[in-house]
Amino acid sequence: MTDQKKKRVEMKRQDPQVRRRNFNEVAQGYTAEEAIQEASRCLQCKKPMCVQGCPVNVKIPEFIKHIKEGDFAGALRVIQETNSLPAICGRVCPQETQCEEKCILGRKGEPIAIGRLERFAADFGKNGGNGGDSPDGGDCNDADPNGDDCCNGGCTGDDSRLKVAVVGSGPAGLTCAGDLAKLGYKVTIFEALHSPGGVLMYGIPEFRLPKRIVAEEINYVKRLGVEILTNVIIGRTLTLDDLFARGYKAVFLGTGAGLPKFMGIPGENLNGVYSANEWLTRINLMKAYLFPEYDTPIKRGKRVAVVGGGNVAMDAVRCALRLGAEEAYILYRRGREEMPARAEEIENAEEEGVKFMLLTNPTRILGTPDGWVRAVECQKMTLGEPDSSGRRRPVPLKGSEFEIEVDTVIMALGTSPNPIVSKTTVGLQTHEWGGLVADEETGATTRPGVYAGGDAVTGSATVILAMGAGKKAAAAIHEYLSGNSVGG
Amino acid sequence: MYRILEKRELTPVTKLFVVEAPLVAAKAMAGQFIIIRVSEAGERIPLTITDFDREKGTVTIVFQEVGKTTKMLGKLGVGDKILDFVGPLGLPAELPEKGHLCLVGGGVGVAPIYPKAKAIKQDRRPVRITSIIGARSADLLILEQEMRSVSDELYVCTDDGSKGFHGFVSQKLKELIDSGAAFDEVIAVGPMPMMRATVETTRPYGLKTWVSLNPIMVDGTGMCGACRVSVGGQTKFCCVDGPMFDGHQVDWTEAMRRNAMYVAEEKIADHQCTCGGGSK
Ligand SMILES: Cc1cc2nc3c(=O)[nH]c(=O)nc-3n(C[C@H](O)[C@H](O)[C@H](O)COP(=O)(O)OP(=O)(O)OC[C@H]3O[C@@H](n4cnc5c(N)ncnc54)[C@H](O)[C@@H]3O)c2cc1C
Ligand SMILES: Cc1cc2nc3c(=O)[nH]c(=O)nc-3n(C[C@H](O)[C@H](O)[C@H](O)COP(=O)(O)OP(=O)(O)OC[C@H]3O[C@@H](n4cnc5c(N)ncnc54)[C@H](O)[C@@H]3O)c2cc1C
Ligand code: SF4
Ligand code: SF4
Ligand code: FES
Repeated sequence: MTDQKKKRVEMKRQDPQVRRRNFNEVAQGYTAEEAIQEASRCLQCKKPMCVQGCPVNVKIPEFIKHIKEGDFAGALRVIQETNSLPAICGRVCPQETQCEEKCILGRKGEPIAIGRLERFAADFGKNGGNGGDSPDGGDCNDADPNGDDCCNGGCTGDDSRLKVAVVGSGPAGLTCAGDLAKLGYKVTIFEALHSPGGVLMYGIPEFRLPKRIVAEEINYVKRLGVEILTNVIIGRTLTLDDLFARGYKAVFLGTGAGLPKFMGIPGENLNGVYSANEWLTRINLMKAYLFPEYDTPIKRGKRVAVVGGGNVAMDAVRCALRLGAEEAYILYRRGREEMPARAEEIENAEEEGVKFMLLTNPTRILGTPDGWVRAVECQKMTLGEPDSSGRRRPVPLKGSEFEIEVDTVIMALGTSPNPIVSKTTVGLQTHEWGGLVADEETGATTRPGVYAGGDAVTGSATVILAMGAGKKAAAAIHEYLSGNSVGG
Repeated sequence: MYRILEKRELTPVTKLFVVEAPLVAAKAMAGQFIIIRVSEAGERIPLTITDFDREKGTVTIVFQEVGKTTKMLGKLGVGDKILDFVGPLGLPAELPEKGHLCLVGGGVGVAPIYPKAKAIKQDRRPVRITSIIGARSADLLILEQEMRSVSDELYVCTDDGSKGFHGFVSQKLKELIDSGAAFDEVIAVGPMPMMRATVETTRPYGLKTWVSLNPIMVDGTGMCGACRVSVGGQTKFCCVDGPMFDGHQVDWTEAMRRNAMYVAEEKIADHQCTCGGGSK
């Protein structure tokens, strides 16, 4: 193997000094030449390890072969056999711990850039190819991501199809709905917010996942015949029992883990303290970064501290920079090694000028006399014995308190499942921490006919795991409705 | 969906809409609210469910034009659609089973107290209802007839004395308490300063006083935490734990300060609205 062959083809990214002030996508994607060059590195293994690393077993060597041959639409078709959201997964999957980690080339050099190639196939298969994604069915107003009138039975005339309800339109719900529609069910997704997409829409920022891409993937699912009803909160607007009463034969719950956590320290209700959920929802779903063109306001902090070390914290802090922050800090109570965020995103944040204050834990937020954030008081930590998560437990250093002057504090401490459905439904068991009890293989909950998957079951995880759960549940629902009941 | 079937101008700045929203109407209870959005670029804002008709599938809202979104809403007419209309949100009000209830409504806050009185009367609960409603002046007073129809006694107050009692609703309340009205409970809804004054009026008497808080909200389902308020030293999310709380336990200074968080931005948005620029 030549040296050049050991290295993957680089993907262009916006210059850090430029991108830190705009919301355009950071990673620019491969050109056709670059993609073909990278695809040519693949050994087309007979027993491809990479496929085992992918939670939905995308036929990786097969799709890469199509790219190598210049058949981009064909590549996309292969991916879509097992993954209905390739443009999204190619961008946000933690490939370094999944498909790419297992790639055989990674032993001696750099693994194939599977994510970048998947993203390329999704982007080019559609635009350059002859549309790998247009199955039969009606034309739903593509431009409108909230087209809730779409497919009101109009897409396919066949009304003898069994009805299945999907609650939540995040990756779990979209995947489950797409698979069930392909199996011939009449599927309706009920979404609480005004736009479908779940975290893809309200959480992950435009510069990592353009909303145009999310809208396209949603339209693909709609073209499969899935109806999406926005502004319906199951547990409020309709209950789970109402769904069965309305003739839905099975229900999939993909309600995510949307409840924010706060630390419970003094000063958290001062003006200028946000949960990461509120901060990101204002920015992504409500487009507050375009205020006043869009109506929803946000405080553009000059000195911003984000508490936490995961992907959500990285997204929040990078948004703060893009809103004009002069100083943006990550406050994290453990060390760099323990940070749960993707390595790539930590690097991106660092390049953009985010300051990492590690082994640092806030103890209170201090306010001005009129109630705005003035500073955050922190404590230094050291690492002790490993805890239940296997990471070394942070221990406060007595007397190490110090203040950081900030005007905005964002709490990115993780989230837990919303209890609205479980509280309003009889027979649906939850774990103590709020997650729905569900069979790992089938998603069957403790209530017959009700399946669940994604963050609602696992707590905050990943897009691809949520999709995998949606897939398994679709198969289980199909078995249940065709008579050979599994689990539920 | 969400078509406006009826529009009434209650005052020059207060409007009533009857909106087609069958799913919301089917589940609505007194004390709950909805969240609307008027345009693609619009903000999500909460409004109380003032009335509902399960059979007709309609929900009534009453709103005061105070800023960009409510002004854009006010421009809509019969036949127009509201883009998004989601609910019912929040917990239904816990209404008394018996005794003497005093309902206090200030300004547009008269709208949210009406469904509570109506629910009590419809359930034929043995509850005596004394209502005190007020506004800055007579021409800003709303729903007087409706309130009269569901109250055993009704007092009207205006800040400028142009109608009824000359003064604040809280002053009238104090007068009634001092002259021997034995209220078991008070529910007060209106602008924050009015609710706070009411709560301070009843505090010395140890008279249970419920308020309906109106913090800034985004999703209304417990997802963002924008609506957090301190009640009895604990942080509550108003959209899922409220909107009704024991007024004596509320941290009013914090609640009022949080509501003023975006005053500067609201001015910019409102200016665009009035001068016709910006988003539509
Ligand atoms: C800021 C951020 C960044 C992330 N970055 C990455 C990343 O880079 N890579 C990665 O793999 N993962 C990432 N994740 C995690 C990933 O987004 C989630 O694991 C995934 O979205 C979970 O999918 P889901 O379908 O289970 O739930 P969600 O995406 O949360 O969708 C749930 C949907 O259900 C709706 N809903 C909830 N309750 C109801 C109800 N009662 N009635 C109707 N609808 C309801 C919600 O409104 C929502 O739309 C990130 C998460 C966040 C918050
Ligand atoms: C549970 C609840 C029920 C309500 N019921 C009614 C009602 O029945 N009738 C009525 O007229 N008003 C009601 N309100 C208040 C109403 O939501 C605000 O008047 C409206 O949001 C103002 O928006 P704007 O763009 O017109 O004005 P803006 O200029 O944006 O704001 C004016 C003031 O309204 C408040 N406000 C702004 N944005 C929001 C928001 N997203 N959520 C909540 N408050 C906000 C702020 O205190 C602000 O200072 C209710 C509020 C809550 C929380
Ligand atoms: S879906 Fe994710 S894990 Fe699977 S091949 Fe694509 S990028 Fe890799
Ligand atoms: S393991 Fe690597 S080299 Fe082998 S098929 Fe998969 S991507 Fe290609
Ligand atoms: S409005 Fe978002 S949690 Fe209440």
